[in-house]
Amino acid sequence: MLDVILFTFIAIIKISIVFGLLLLTIAYLIWIERKVMAHMQVRLGPMRVGWHGLLQPLADGIKLLFKEDIVPYKASKVLFIMAPVIAIVPALMSFAVIPFGNKITISGYSIDMVITDINIGILFILAVTSVGVYGIILAGWSSSNKYSLLGGLRSSAQMISYELSIGLSLIGVLMITQSLSLVDIVNAQSKWWFVLFQPIGFMVYAISAVAEVNRCPFDLPEAESELVAGYHTEYSSMKFSLFFMAEYANILTVSAIAVTFFFGGWRGPFLPPVIWFLIKMFLCIFFFVWIRSTYPRFRYDQLMNFGWKFLLPVALANIIVTGLVIVLIG
Amino acid sequence: MLESLLFIIMGLIVITCAIGVVFQKNPIYSAVFLIQTMVSLAVLYILLHAQFVAAVQVMVYAGAVMVLFVFVIMLLNVQRADQELGKDRLIFQKVSAIFLGLLLFAVIGIVTVRSVLQGTKGEYTPEHMNEIGNTQLVGKLLFTDYVFPFEIASILLFAAIIGAIILAKKELKE
Amino acid sequence: MEITVPPFDIKSIAPIILVTITGIVVLITDVFLKKLPKETLGYFSFLAVLITGVIISSQLGTTVYSFSNTFVVDDFSIFFNFIFLISTAIVILMSVTYLRQEGINYGEYYTLILFATVGMMLMAGGADLITIFLGLEIMSISLYVLAGFRRDRLDSNEASLKYFLLGAFSTCFLLYGIALLYGATGTTNINEIGTFITNNHAYSNPMIIMGTCLLIIGFGFKTASVPFHKWAPDVYQGAPTSVTAFMSAGPKAAAFAVFLRVFLVSLPGLETKWSVILWVMSVLTMTVGNVVAITQTNIKRMLAYSSIAHAGYVLMAIVTASSLGTASILFYLLVYVFMNLGAFAVIMVLGKKGKENLQIDDYSGLGYKHPVLAITMSIFMFSLAGIPPFAGFMGKFYIFSSAIKSGYIVLAIIGVINSVISVYYYLRVTVVMYMKQPVREFAPLSLSPFIILALIITIWGTIHLGIFPSRIIEFAQESVLLP
Repeated sequence: MLDVILFTFIAIIKISIVFGLLLLTIAYLIWIERKVMAHMQVRLGPMRVGWHGLLQPLADGIKLLFKEDIVPYKASKVLFIMAPVIAIVPALMSFAVIPFGNKITISGYSIDMVITDINIGILFILAVTSVGVYGIILAGWSSSNKYSLLGGLRSSAQMISYELSIGLSLIGVLMITQSLSLVDIVNAQSKWWFVLFQPIGFMVYAISAVAEVNRCPFDLPEAESELVAGYHTEYSSMKFSLFFMAEYANILTVSAIAVTFFFGGWRGPFLPPVIWFLIKMFLCIFFFVWIRSTYPRFRYDQLMNFGWKFLLPVALANIIVTGLVIVLIG
Repeated sequence: MLESLLFIIMGLIVITCAIGVVFQKNPIYSAVFLIQTMVSLAVLYILLHAQFVAAVQVMVYAGAVMVLFVFVIMLLNVQRADQELGKDRLIFQKVSAIFLGLLLFAVIGIVTVRSVLQGTKGEYTPEHMNEIGNTQLVGKLLFTDYVFPFEIASILLFAAIIGAIILAKKELKE
Repeated sequence: MEITVPPFDIKSIAPIILVTITGIVVLITDVFLKKLPKETLGYFSFLAVLITGVIISSQLGTTVYSFSNTFVVDDFSIFFNFIFLISTAIVILMSVTYLRQEGINYGEYYTLILFATVGMMLMAGGADLITIFLGLEIMSISLYVLAGFRRDRLDSNEASLKYFLLGAFSTCFLLYGIALLYGATGTTNINEIGTFITNNHAYSNPMIIMGTCLLIIGFGFKTASVPFHKWAPDVYQGAPTSVTAFMSAGPKAAAFAVFLRVFLVSLPGLETKWSVILWVMSVLTMTVGNVVAITQTNIKRMLAYSSIAHAGYVLMAIVTASSLGTASILFYLLVYVFMNLGAFAVIMVLGKKGKENLQIDDYSGLGYKHPVLAITMSIFMFSLAGIPPFAGFMGKFYIFSSAIKSGYIVLAIIGVINSVISVYYYLRVTVVMYMKQPVREFAPLSLSPFIILALIITIWGTIHLGIFPSRIIEFAQESVLLP
């Protein structure tokens, strides 16, 4: 009985820590993005609120909370309110299976640095994130606004197209580790990072991941010049910020998967595992911002052609080659 | 105990959502209920120790198939369809269909509950399954015992793809 | 975890592989060689079907279970495979001209016909409910599409949609039945289900009985038995005529193959229970089919009801659950392929683009204008009505005698009465052809070497099997499932 209580207690603590940190990271992600972009464009970025604008996310949050919450007259209310929730919950849920570090022992009780290690880890993430697309598509539809609808349709088409490539690009790694559990995958990288064995898989993953989270150069769903703002045109106040948070939470998710699958997860010398994990995460996020400030946007048909006619075949070929090599080597 | 409680709750949710699919006038709401049904079914699979099937259920049905459904509904702008048909034209069929349908389910329910299960237990108990891993087991069976059905399923999908292209895309001659 | 890959017995599924590959090759050729006349594709498919027939005849006399007992090659499945291949070959011959005339001359047509044939062969050879289900779906999906092949015609769309919706609905029942059987017995292998039921004396296990009932609904739909027949007339009428002909021959036989195999191998222990249901269904199917056929004015619709009635005769033989009954079914289904496809071939010869002449009155005076064609049609009508010396008579004779030998005298009498009723509407076609004055100008016939060959084959089959049935009967008796 004591075991059960202890287990539940530890689980709750782990969940609250991860959840709290996640929300905080999301807030500061926006600050990081603004700062990095600013420096790339030789500007300063937010400077006024706190030291180098460090309190800016807080100020933004307070601002959004106090804004007027508008529900369009013609919107279908239930779905309009549900949509942001559907968008953010799956984005946050996927962190339940990502390992942040090795086992630690506190007063004789060993604790895994992962909320739960299930044997279908990566499938869980893919399944949960695939539900997130409904938040966007329903937001677009329920707003009764043609720009929102177009944005919603665009983004959902894009997301389901690139979801395929994401899933297929990870299969190479799964074939090497023979396990779907993220803990096993990290453990299998104690010698070599999988990015060395799976360079093509990683390339495909990196490109599709950028498309999957609707970031530049694949940010067509919210192309300002064509669609006003895309699916969240009609949203304001906290509902809008939920979409914003969902987007950044998704960036964190894909970065975490990239780190876990291709860069050895929390493994690294000298520093504690969690720090290594955060450093790798930060580099991935930096990569996202870097791309955003560098590349122009794709055209929609180019995007679809690229996804279906280039990335997908390459990912499939990668699986076949990996399989052949595994069979030949042993 | 906890499992049966969870089963009852999820079962009720599944049934409620399934009824919602049928009775919603707006096709989008029907689709949303259907998505909810699919996701809730996945929980039932997890209760049955079939984690792989659960994940695939969410990924394929909720994540891919239903997105396309919603897509088509939005693109075609399907509106309520009941205005044109006279409402009372099918009243007799409706009543008898509901009655007979309930009767069928009652019979199936009673039969399933009353049956003494004589079936032999398979070799894969939940403990055994957790030991090997659910996904590995599914993969093993698909490539050994059920390799033939697995392969002919590809013909089925191929035929369906050809059919969809012919019915939707093929240009008419003349 | 150790995985031992089971032996792959490619030889046992060679016919299926060949037909599948032909379908794919036809599809690819159609895409890459756009200049190639589509008739070549039909000719190629026909040739492949013939070669498959040769391969199948080399498998005769063996009983091989392959792929972990999910597939079986025995004489029963081989006999049915012959039925499927003959019907497919004849339908391909019939289609070649018809497709061009109707402006639906696409290569995919042949692919889908071949895939449907693959589905049927899987159904006949399925030794596992999963294989059977997948085969049934391959066949059905190909047929749904084929029924809607004339996309510019509303009735074709209607046929396709109706068939699809009702077919999907009936598939649910079938799957539910399979699920219940699996739940009760713990296996989907039909042999193991049979052994389980006998070993455990599970004859009155409610779950198995319920599963059996649901299976009857599922198979009853595919065989268009009353009360699950409502789709048939609309689908038969709306689908392109060549597809209607195809649907009435092969798929129906395939559904009966599954019906026989599942009920005689898995569920013989419950015979007392399901034979009552099938008895009632058989009587209903015969009677409704024949009586409603009388009032039809459209010949395709009439043939649809006639095909429902013929399903009733076959059900009668299933009720007997004897080896004689099974042999008579095999023979009857083969005969039915010849006479029914022949009748449809004549209909197609008389049809023109835009004017298909499907009303029975359109046939008035045909006997004076085109005597040979009228005689051909009369032969098929006589055979369908069961008038000697044509094959239809022998088929019915064997079915009724098997019913009498098994003690189902009442059923046999009802069958004979029905057979008499059916003479009325079959002969009406002949009467219209010979006794009525033509109401219109006959357009030139849509003849081609292919369809003439199809007509010759069907006439030969109808007459030959009527006069010299003994060899095929022997073959059929060797091919029955041993209980």
